[in-house]
Amino acid sequence: MAKEIRSILATDCGSTTTKAILIEKVDDVYRLIVRGEAPTTVEAPFEDVTKGVLNAVEEVEDLIHIQGQKDRMILEDGKIVVPQNGDKGVDAYLSTSSAGGGLQMMVAGVVKSMTAESAERAALGAGAIVMDVLATNDDRLPYEQIERIRHLRPDMILLSGGIDGGTTKHVAELAEIISAADPKPRLGSSYQLPVIFAGNVEARDLVKDNLEEKTDLIITENLRPVLERENLGPARDKIHDLFMEHVMAQAPGYKKLMSWSRAKLEEDKEPKLIDIMPTPGAVGNIMQTIARLEEIEVVGVDIGGATTDVFSVFTEDQVFNRTVSANLGMSYSISNVLASTGMKNIMRWVPFEMEEKQVRNMIKNKMIRPTTIPFLSEELILEQAIAKEALRLAFEQHKEFAVTLKGTQRKREISEAFSQSTSGQTIVDMMSLDILVGSGGVLSHAPRRNQAAMLLMDAFLPEGVTQLAVDSIFMMPQLGVLADVNEKAAAQVFEKDCLIHLGSCVAPVGKYKQGKTALKVKIELPDEVYEEEIPFGELRLIELGVDQEARATLEPQSGQDLGMGKNKTLETTLTGGVVGIIIDTRGRELVYDPKLDKETMRLHIPEDEKERVKSLLKWMKALKAYPEEMLK
Amino acid sequence: MAKAYTPGLKISKSTILKKDRILPLKGEVTVKEGDKVEAEDVVAKTDLPGNVVPLNVANKLAIPASAVKEKMLKEKGEKFEEGEVIAMNKTLFGLFKSKVKAPITGSVENISSITGQVLLREPPKPIEVKAFISGVVTKVYEEEGVEIENKSAYIQGIFGIGGEVNAEIKVAVKEPNEVLTSELIDNSFRDKVIVGGSRVDYPAIEKAKEVGAQAIIVGGIDDQDLKQFLGYDIGVAITGHENVGLTIIATEGFGPIKMADDTFKILKEYEGKSASVHGKTQIRAGVMRPEVIIPIPYEDEELKQPEKESGGLEIGSSIRIIRQPHFGEICQVTALPEELHVVESETKVRILKAKTKDGEELIIPRANVEAIET
Repeated sequence: MAKEIRSILATDCGSTTTKAILIEKVDDVYRLIVRGEAPTTVEAPFEDVTKGVLNAVEEVEDLIHIQGQKDRMILEDGKIVVPQNGDKGVDAYLSTSSAGGGLQMMVAGVVKSMTAESAERAALGAGAIVMDVLATNDDRLPYEQIERIRHLRPDMILLSGGIDGGTTKHVAELAEIISAADPKPRLGSSYQLPVIFAGNVEARDLVKDNLEEKTDLIITENLRPVLERENLGPARDKIHDLFMEHVMAQAPGYKKLMSWSRAKLEEDKEPKLIDIMPTPGAVGNIMQTIARLEEIEVVGVDIGGATTDVFSVFTEDQVFNRTVSANLGMSYSISNVLASTGMKNIMRWVPFEMEEKQVRNMIKNKMIRPTTIPFLSEELILEQAIAKEALRLAFEQHKEFAVTLKGTQRKREISEAFSQSTSGQTIVDMMSLDILVGSGGVLSHAPRRNQAAMLLMDAFLPEGVTQLAVDSIFMMPQLGVLADVNEKAAAQVFEKDCLIHLGSCVAPVGKYKQGKTALKVKIELPDEVYEEEIPFGELRLIELGVDQEARATLEPQSGQDLGMGKNKTLETTLTGGVVGIIIDTRGRELVYDPKLDKETMRLHIPEDEKERVKSLLKWMKALKAYPEEMLK
Repeated sequence: MAKAYTPGLKISKSTILKKDRILPLKGEVTVKEGDKVEAEDVVAKTDLPGNVVPLNVANKLAIPASAVKEKMLKEKGEKFEEGEVIAMNKTLFGLFKSKVKAPITGSVENISSITGQVLLREPPKPIEVKAFISGVVTKVYEEEGVEIENKSAYIQGIFGIGGEVNAEIKVAVKEPNEVLTSELIDNSFRDKVIVGGSRVDYPAIEKAKEVGAQAIIVGGIDDQDLKQFLGYDIGVAITGHENVGLTIIATEGFGPIKMADDTFKILKEYEGKSASVHGKTQIRAGVMRPEVIIPIPYEDEELKQPEKESGGLEIGSSIRIIRQPHFGEICQVTALPEELHVVESETKVRILKAKTKDGEELIIPRANVEAIET
């Protein structure tokens, strides 16, 4: 008989901090009770991840005691008690991990934009960092590819290639290259490097001949059996299995941790062991769960010190994509944001003058001392300007990756034939997006939530009506692993305790027309009716609290569109939040970006220096993003 | 008493130092426990497997891939010299011969009848790991490397570029807040570790390289100057592999920042002595900072002393402010209040109070200070 879970302890072992949360069922609803954290102990001198886990859990215990539950205990003899027995223990203990650099993979496929891209999608979806993508047409000579594999030392390799019944020669070539490189795993030389083959079924024997002796070869279903369809599930599952068996089992203390992670799921059975999940894989899991349960389209972003992860679920088929921008972050790789976007793009968000030399030194000082906090307001604005560019670039990369399958043929409507739509187009549609969720220090810990809203809007340029939220304490990883065990609990905690709803953003799209009205709004607020004809180039903040809703009649003018068509009225309900409703008529336009060598959607910011500063100050004031005295 | 953990850079006039010297792959350790070594001595060596060179023999001989095996004159594992014929095809009753010559010296790694590709491997490349610091071998990690211990004056920098060098220290400035300019550098700095003050400018870096100096140790450096010297912008903080003919260490950070008095004093005191210096920096898990190690004489007994645990921040601790305002100033902690405090940027943070050398009391986020460990 299935057992009802009363309490869940979940930890996320990050590379620097181990975070623990305790969830309990209160009045029939799962709620977050407390959260504790402690430094991760994977590296010397401790070299045992469980020490950090126990420290974090001890903090959880201390905090429950402070809350008044004096007899509540989770640990006994330095171990997590499962299942719960009276005041002692929890019914489930789960964990995710990205410590020790996470799961680092190389993927290979025959054609770069087809099977290699599908393999990359499978690896990213499983939560891996993809170090490199090999393909027979990637413009590198075989010896260069061999050198690369030897140099990178991945945790595992995913080899795909060939649709079923397709090329075998090219697959054999890739297998030969991997074999010649004779790759050694990153952690320890006591085991063979795992290689997963998920390609053409007819090439299996050839791959075996080349790799069976030298590597730990695992064969699974083809991840692209036909051009028109991906089958990523089996490869993803194998990646998770191998992550547990090889990578995790090699990391200090993980064997112990793996034996602790278990849940009492059946009344009359022993607690079942639950796999430890790579952190980003778990975040993807919760995003997909929420999108499915709520039937919505979601974009999530986690901006860290070294990397920025973007997750999305789009289209009726709920297609999930994850990308990792490995060198876009706010500390370790902050300097690379400057190198990638250029000084001008960063400074366009800053409403005061600063010498380039000064900005460069500030950025580098943040890189070498990543934990410092901006004390001065100017430094905060500059850091947030850099964050906007890091987020924008990461999202551009995501849009390029989240596409319909390339190389396929499909029937075209007449209208599509004229618009030249082909396979390989992005499925990211900002107009149909329902919610944009941000997490990571710069978003979650912004001194004012209004700043987080501004960061999300400026970087992602939401269109139409979009809800904005931040994950205040980054517990999405723990909820992701929980979603596999108890979906209801994960969804309830996600909605009630994980997200801080900032509010709704209303942004019409269309050609910018200076001096004209962009949008007529009528919003029925709880105490009054807000009505205004808003010209182009404006931001409005209308307060509407968390859990409050307001009926709105939104009439786009001058050829603007809110998703219903040009100048078509949208009647909708807007939800509030800690910031409120934000109306954005600043305009979005396609501009050629020489750094990215393509057209990208950009906010309409005046070219003239004086006008630019004036507009930025006006917008920051309207959004109450910074103290008034600063914006004079 | 209130204590807080704050990471810091270590500066010490005299410390017992342990350094691991490890091979990138398993190999042979050439010294034994108890051996005394000099900085340039080899302590471990190994052979890196040679590069692989693929050769499409099927294409070169114009034969099907399946026929490659029988046309090979060398079998898998067999050795050959550069220019030696390794595959041959006779046609038209043996009248015409097409040959494939080896482009390298090495051995046959693999012959594929599917792709027609033959993989050739170059001979292994020997690599050696040197002691880097003079001292005593205190531990041998079998087949991997050693631990070397000595007594040194020791300075950790915050950021650096360039690899390991051993050279004599020569101070070029009078004060720790003086800028190191090209006028201060002449030929007498050849093969030396140059000590500068608050900043080194671009012409001075070029001059140092020109006269053949080994390294520069300085308080700060402008990022623009560094970019100009390297020819590229440093994207992520993993350095030490630059091959630019000069190791540079900044002890305080980017921009003009006076070198900490204690750091300057140590370098001045040991002028003329040999130092082991590297610019390797890595900021992330497994933090690595550039180091200046100046071995000093010791008695064997001294090395057996137990290690001192690095303490946290206490009232009276010396700290360095590592972000604006007051960046680079050295202060003494006067209070460590528990409650959160809102600073100018409206960020709510834990702070500490500290007194500057001029007696001014400042409120600083705890995240914006570094303990000066001694």
